[in-house]
Amino acid sequence: MADLALEARGLRHTFNRGGANEVRALRGVDLALEPGAFVVIVGTNGSGKSTLLAAIAGDVVPDQGSVRLGGADVTRWPAHARSRLVGRVAQAPAAGTAPHLTVAENLALAGQRTARWRTLRRALGGRTRRDLAERVATLGMGLEGRLDTPMGVLSGGQRQALTLLMATLVRPELLLLDEHTAALDPRSAEHVLRLTEEVVRRDRLTTVMVTHSMQQAVRFGDRALMMHDGEIVQDFAGARKRRLRVRDLLDCFEEVRNRDLLDESAAEMLARSYV
Amino acid sequence: MNLLVGTLSMGLILALATLGVYISLRVLHTLDLTVEGSFGLGAALAAALLVRGSSPLAATAAAAAAGVLAGVTSGLMNTRGRIDPLLAGILTSTALYSVMLFLMGGGDLSIAARETLFSGAERAWRALGGGAVTLFDTTVSAGSVASLAFLALLVPLAALALGWFFRTRLGLAARAAGDSPSMAGAQGVSVGAMLVLGLALANGLVGLSGALFAQYQGFASVQMGIGTFVSALACLILGEALFGRRRVGRQLAAALVGTLLFRLLVSAALQAGLDPNSLKLATALFVLAVLVLQGGVKQLLATALGGRARGA
Repeated sequence: MADLALEARGLRHTFNRGGANEVRALRGVDLALEPGAFVVIVGTNGSGKSTLLAAIAGDVVPDQGSVRLGGADVTRWPAHARSRLVGRVAQAPAAGTAPHLTVAENLALAGQRTARWRTLRRALGGRTRRDLAERVATLGMGLEGRLDTPMGVLSGGQRQALTLLMATLVRPELLLLDEHTAALDPRSAEHVLRLTEEVVRRDRLTTVMVTHSMQQAVRFGDRALMMHDGEIVQDFAGARKRRLRVRDLLDCFEEVRNRDLLDESAAEMLARSYV
Repeated sequence: MNLLVGTLSMGLILALATLGVYISLRVLHTLDLTVEGSFGLGAALAAALLVRGSSPLAATAAAAAAGVLAGVTSGLMNTRGRIDPLLAGILTSTALYSVMLFLMGGGDLSIAARETLFSGAERAWRALGGGAVTLFDTTVSAGSVASLAFLALLVPLAALALGWFFRTRLGLAARAAGDSPSMAGAQGVSVGAMLVLGLALANGLVGLSGALFAQYQGFASVQMGIGTFVSALACLILGEALFGRRRVGRQLAAALVGTLLFRLLVSAALQAGLDPNSLKLATALFVLAVLVLQGGVKQLLATALGGRARGA
């Protein structure tokens, strides 16, 4: 059997352990993805979905558990080393691009994502430039004519489309999308989503996409996970995912929330009778 | 005329320090005060080695290497020790004060009669058949001409080398690490390693600048490096006012020309009767005024554009 593209086992993580605002962000999460899988994660605020992504990317070292990418145990790898295997697009367009470097310079840097050492070769040779221009043209935004524009003057939608291109310029083992269209206007969001779908399908990328949008969770991917309180509480795969509707997800949320309310009132009752 | 030649030579020497401050401040976006120590360190080590009979070239190279080491020290304090870069620089430069006293066996050291890079340049100049030059009825000594020619070759070459470096894959990674650490990290660049590399390069240049300064002046002193950062910053912002900050080439030109202009201004001010003791005060006030004015202009623009704050 081929190696799993992603294998996260028993991830547990607590922020501010022992402090007043202790948050148990991950409470035992397992996630295994076959190569080419496209999973969408939804969840309430503070459900742990972003922490899960951060633990996979290496921004957060989990208290417990392990992360394997393409068969390699990367649990102790620093984030920048994991970036050789992982392409990422975050929510803020500013996070994924360097504002004072030009479009071409940003892309040239991304072209070296998998390199262990950056050499003293010219970053932007004539051929590199032409190749980059071709790739930028596939975005269909006319940005191939603005390769020498500083990234910072472009719009959020343009920057996010370029960030997606940078994350996939060299094929990543795993693509992580963290609410990557949440900060965009509806039109730009739709365009970036279409580009996402295209590149994921074309390069058969193993993809984890976190989103707030129920519509996106229904529309994208071949598997949908719902997280709540640091755990995966629902897993829609195969035919269940294909049949999934927004209504079903909303019902699920309702159920999870009711369970919480029940827990709280039960705790209150217990407190009243014992204290 | 002699004054002009001297001012330009000094400007070229100090331009190396400005280039160093440019790297830490504009490329790495880090306030690095290690330069306060590495300038004096370069001067002290070069002088100490020359007094012990070492060759000028070796002494100068060792001084630059010592600067690199100082930069690496501050960088590692930040990346390994989680110390704020500003504090790391202050710690390093404070420690270097003792190192300088130890190297020179006191507060200063004269190398007036010693063989230096500049006496070497003069010999080379004479060997090529050059001598004193008379311009506008004043005679500039062969030594001064040779020194200026040597510096006019060396310093722009250093700037060009930096321009080349920042366009390589490694140099681009360093620029990205300074501009957007999150982006650099997501593209596989170790931001910490780039900080150490950048500070090494920056302080190497400052150490070299100090070594040349000592050889040009004929002495090194433990106080030499005090104010290096603010002086270089003054030169840099003066240059940036002329060349802008877009693109590496313009930034490097700004550092180079800014330093020359600033030294000419200083020289003119001293000629006009400015008390040398108030030079640092005047430099600090200049920097303060420019920074306040820049902030004021930005605010003015922001209100003019309907109160919307515009990012710099």
